[in-house]
Amino acid sequence: MELTKEEEEALDGKQGESLALAYRTLVAIGEASGADRLIPIEWAHLSGVNYNTIGDAGKEFLSHLSQDAKFKVKTTVNPMGFDFDSVSQYNLDDKFIENQSSIKNSYEKMGVIPSYSCIPYEIFDIPKQGTHVSFAESNAAIYANSFAGLKTNKEGAFSALASALTGKSPCSDLRDDDIRKPNLTIRMKVESKDELTYGMLGYFAGKVAGSSVAISGVSELDRRSCKSLCAGMGTSGACGMFTFGEGEGEKIDFDKNELQKIHDELNTSESGDLITLGSPQLGLEEIGDLALMLKGRSFQKRCMIFCPRAIKDQITNLGYTRELERAGGEILYDCCTCLSPLVDNKQVDSVITNSVKGAYYLKTSNNVDVNLKSLKKIIEEETR
Amino acid sequence: MNVKVIVRGKATGSLLVAKNPINFLGGIDKKTGIVHDKKHDLFGKYIGEKILAFPFGVGSSVGAYTLYSLKYNNCAPLAIICLKADLTTASGCAISNIPLVVTNKNDFDLLHENKQITLDAVSGTIS
Repeated sequence: MELTKEEEEALDGKQGESLALAYRTLVAIGEASGADRLIPIEWAHLSGVNYNTIGDAGKEFLSHLSQDAKFKVKTTVNPMGFDFDSVSQYNLDDKFIENQSSIKNSYEKMGVIPSYSCIPYEIFDIPKQGTHVSFAESNAAIYANSFAGLKTNKEGAFSALASALTGKSPCSDLRDDDIRKPNLTIRMKVESKDELTYGMLGYFAGKVAGSSVAISGVSELDRRSCKSLCAGMGTSGACGMFTFGEGEGEKIDFDKNELQKIHDELNTSESGDLITLGSPQLGLEEIGDLALMLKGRSFQKRCMIFCPRAIKDQITNLGYTRELERAGGEILYDCCTCLSPLVDNKQVDSVITNSVKGAYYLKTSNNVDVNLKSLKKIIEEETR
Repeated sequence: MNVKVIVRGKATGSLLVAKNPINFLGGIDKKTGIVHDKKHDLFGKYIGEKILAFPFGVGSSVGAYTLYSLKYNNCAPLAIICLKADLTTASGCAISNIPLVVTNKNDFDLLHENKQITLDAVSGTIS
């Protein structure tokens, strides 16, 4: 890689060990991914916040780093393990809370915007078209590239962190316009088009595609389906963006058989003890929709609803919070279905969700069974 | 031999060579530096204070933090030589300041256990 004189000096430690660490990371990832230089980015979104994902080693690393490191560009963060406001109502052990607290403090000490959200694209203003950002949350990276007109790789926790500290990223993969052009088209051949179907389409696409994929046969997508598609795609593979319409190269059909295969892989139970809504977290629009769907109905089981704290005041003022709580929903901020310690396999055997991403992590990380069905079906079957 | 530099640095020491890929998250005790993956060809061996060669890393990207813990607990390898630079090993070496280089297959096959080598991960040479 070609580095500027300033970058070389920072790499050599002339601006302190934290910046040297950040540049070593960018250069290592750049060399490993074939980048020729570093380019400026305007916004970093970090993963590796939940204690369940980074553990003691991650906690210690961040604690050491935060002793003198400061973020150089706008930096937002993924959800953590629970909501500090309501955690006392859940039977969570003190050690976890203490460890999560330490991680939160480390990020905040380095100057993060305490967003604790996996949908930064819904709660922050989007920079102008073509701006380079560095997003480590997979659904957000795919959304940024495919809908928001931004450019990012599907960053890892370390590359995004190093980008936050330096304001730079290796120029490789999806930062190159040639690589952004899809060389595979997936033809949507399934008629039912709810968010669950789109989540499974995304999951299928992620498995078969390279860096970028074209999807044909899809027209209007509502917010819920759009997020579900991005999250499903981010879960199953390395693909970091899609375009609509037929592209060049190979064509593959996503038909009823493929849909069934994915449903069989992710759906491991015919019912559940607990409902979770939100992976990705629900934004203002989806919370409004949900409040409307729940008019005059109540959940017959516990239902956890995950949102970013940024919408708390709005949904309270609009009366949605009251409506969801009346229906029996538990609204949680700053956390999400994925890897939450609040979903404990000692307390529940099986979880109902409409999220393909949630289903995957509930099964592989929380070790619970999953009853995967659309929101419409959840309302029909699990409320009265 | 010439190598590609991923993380810069210099080290001199004896080689420890693995045939199997390494899963840093599940395969190595971060407090002691001992390989505890029973299926691994280095099972029971101490990877600290040696120049460690293995084909590539596998498993969760969180494994990068294991390398950091090893360094922090003074039981990290002096340097690492791989056949392919996976992002977990690359990030882990970067945050832990462990020199990392990549060799081609022919050169990798010339690396023998206990051989003393000097790795210059600035100019990109092993002698």
